[in-house]
Amino acid sequence: MSFAETTVRVDKRVPWLAVLGVPLAIIAFWDWRLAAILAVWLGAWAVNVQLANRSNQRLLVAAIFGITILVLWEMVVQLYEVPLVILPPPSEIAVKFAASTDILWRDFVQTFVKGALSGYIIGCSAAVLMAIAVDRSPFLQAGLLPVGNFMAALPIIGTAPILVMWFGFGWQSKAAVVVVMVFFPVLVNAVQGLHAADKMQRDLMHTYAASYWQGLFKLRLPAAMPFIFNGLKIASTLALIGAIVAEFFGSPTVGMGFRISVSVGQLQLDMVWASITVAAVAGSAFYGAVAYTEKRVTFWHPSQRG
Amino acid sequence: MSDLSASVAVPSMRRSHLQVKLLEWLRSGLAILTVVICLVGVWYLAVMPMNIHTALTDAERAGAVIQPETAAARRDLGGVGLLLNNFDHAGATFNQDRPRLPSPHQVVEELWDTTVGKRITSKRSLVYHGWITLSATLLGFGIGTVAGILLAIGIVHNRAMDMSVMPWAIASQTIPILAIAPMIIVVLNSIGMQGLVPKAMISAYLSFFPVVVGMVAGLRSPEVSQLDLMHTYSASRNQVFWRLRLPASMPFLFTSLKVGIAASLIGAIVGELPTGAVEGLGARLLAGSYYGQTIQIWSALFGAAILAASMVAIIGWIQKLTLSRMGMLR
Repeated sequence: MSFAETTVRVDKRVPWLAVLGVPLAIIAFWDWRLAAILAVWLGAWAVNVQLANRSNQRLLVAAIFGITILVLWEMVVQLYEVPLVILPPPSEIAVKFAASTDILWRDFVQTFVKGALSGYIIGCSAAVLMAIAVDRSPFLQAGLLPVGNFMAALPIIGTAPILVMWFGFGWQSKAAVVVVMVFFPVLVNAVQGLHAADKMQRDLMHTYAASYWQGLFKLRLPAAMPFIFNGLKIASTLALIGAIVAEFFGSPTVGMGFRISVSVGQLQLDMVWASITVAAVAGSAFYGAVAYTEKRVTFWHPSQRG
Repeated sequence: MSDLSASVAVPSMRRSHLQVKLLEWLRSGLAILTVVICLVGVWYLAVMPMNIHTALTDAERAGAVIQPETAAARRDLGGVGLLLNNFDHAGATFNQDRPRLPSPHQVVEELWDTTVGKRITSKRSLVYHGWITLSATLLGFGIGTVAGILLAIGIVHNRAMDMSVMPWAIASQTIPILAIAPMIIVVLNSIGMQGLVPKAMISAYLSFFPVVVGMVAGLRSPEVSQLDLMHTYSASRNQVFWRLRLPASMPFLFTSLKVGIAASLIGAIVGELPTGAVEGLGARLLAGSYYGQTIQIWSALFGAAILAASMVAIIGWIQKLTLSRMGMLR
């Protein structure tokens, strides 16, 4: 926190109430539903401003914001009677979620465990092995880095129809899409990471008469870990996206992408939102797991010592 | 050892700065070329076993003797083994109408045919479909970027907003947002919005969060000593923003713009999938996969790749120009 941001805080509560209360009353005459929604929004916002300025409870503030959004969503849908086929309220979604946990669980296993996770493991290990394989040839690296960077920026998701055509509708084709998607970001990061150990450290290994493999496993791979984990974190979000979108091109009658596209077709939007909730939780948990592993593995790195 | 020899070699060789730069260019160009040639080579090699089944069926119909003799017996055999047994038919794998894997020259030919060979208003022109997708991408990218920058400014200047919104902005990056694309398309379709706008909304949504996160980091990148200096000048918040924070955020902005435009294009392409759109690169992919037109899929894929690469390159070029004008590029 700096000077410019911690300028004198004037307590603006009292004029706020007056300034906001009058228009709210006017709006209430015109449309009481809008006034109620605005009142809840402003009330929650005022609580958050108070909390943010007086305390340091980041989690609480973020939680209040998230809950407010849900409440406002519920209010908008209920008060304005938005049809279910356009936007179901959070309560309906929660009910649907609780009622169809078995379907959602089978979808989760099909898409996440079989498709995304297996593809993620294959793709990431292939990328790291490839990085080690080209490690001894600076010439190949000089060529591979720009090509890999180029490929990482491409809409690789477009290979999904081709891979579904080759590997069939089962989870294997989803895993193949995930392999192609995660390969290049991890490869680029791993190649860069293997250069992270500095010359002095490598010279030290040389004075120990360390072999190439000893140098690789005891110095350069550990030193590359922050970079590799950066790639792994990017890949963790790509993996789930790849597995879900690949199912839009053909899948057995199970899977998150299948559920989303079929339920959209049947206008069962509560089921769609329930599937999306699963995808969101799975995506965050996957990312969190990778980030936690990173913390344990690269505990020595300045960014983790904080 | 190598350091020593370099320090001795440089004065005696007396290469000019330009020559050194040219040599570096040549070397990296050669390296990239080698890798690309390797990839194309692997592709050609893969074409043979992938397409050998249909090639052999055609040859059998033409009366050639093949090992094993019937298509039914060959169906469950691996492509590599079949290829080695009937190697004289390998040539037929490269120019099929509907190959499992088209060979590179077929894709290039199709790309050439559908870009240069057709009028750009024709429904069969890839330029036409590319423009449909590109317009949605650019519209969404523009909306997402402007909204992202505005939110980032709010987050940097308002503590309550920072603590409320920022955790969700970061968390949302780990969520497969693309999964809601079909729903957005169908819902907007049901309330009468079609074509450009729904796709652009998905693009905007995808490019929004990278820009927010990058811009917040950028606007916070000035050091305390720099902010203190502004304070000693008795600079107002506005002045600190326009003269210090905004210029300092530029490298961060461009980096996230590159991520954002790539995400936008993916959003626009995926946005074309669920409603069975008939125009756009995504529609070409979908139609190709319905009718088994593999060459069309591959050419749409390469069209998308060329589009993505050139947009990232354009942003990179603007970045270089801007940063060197601002004196931030060494």
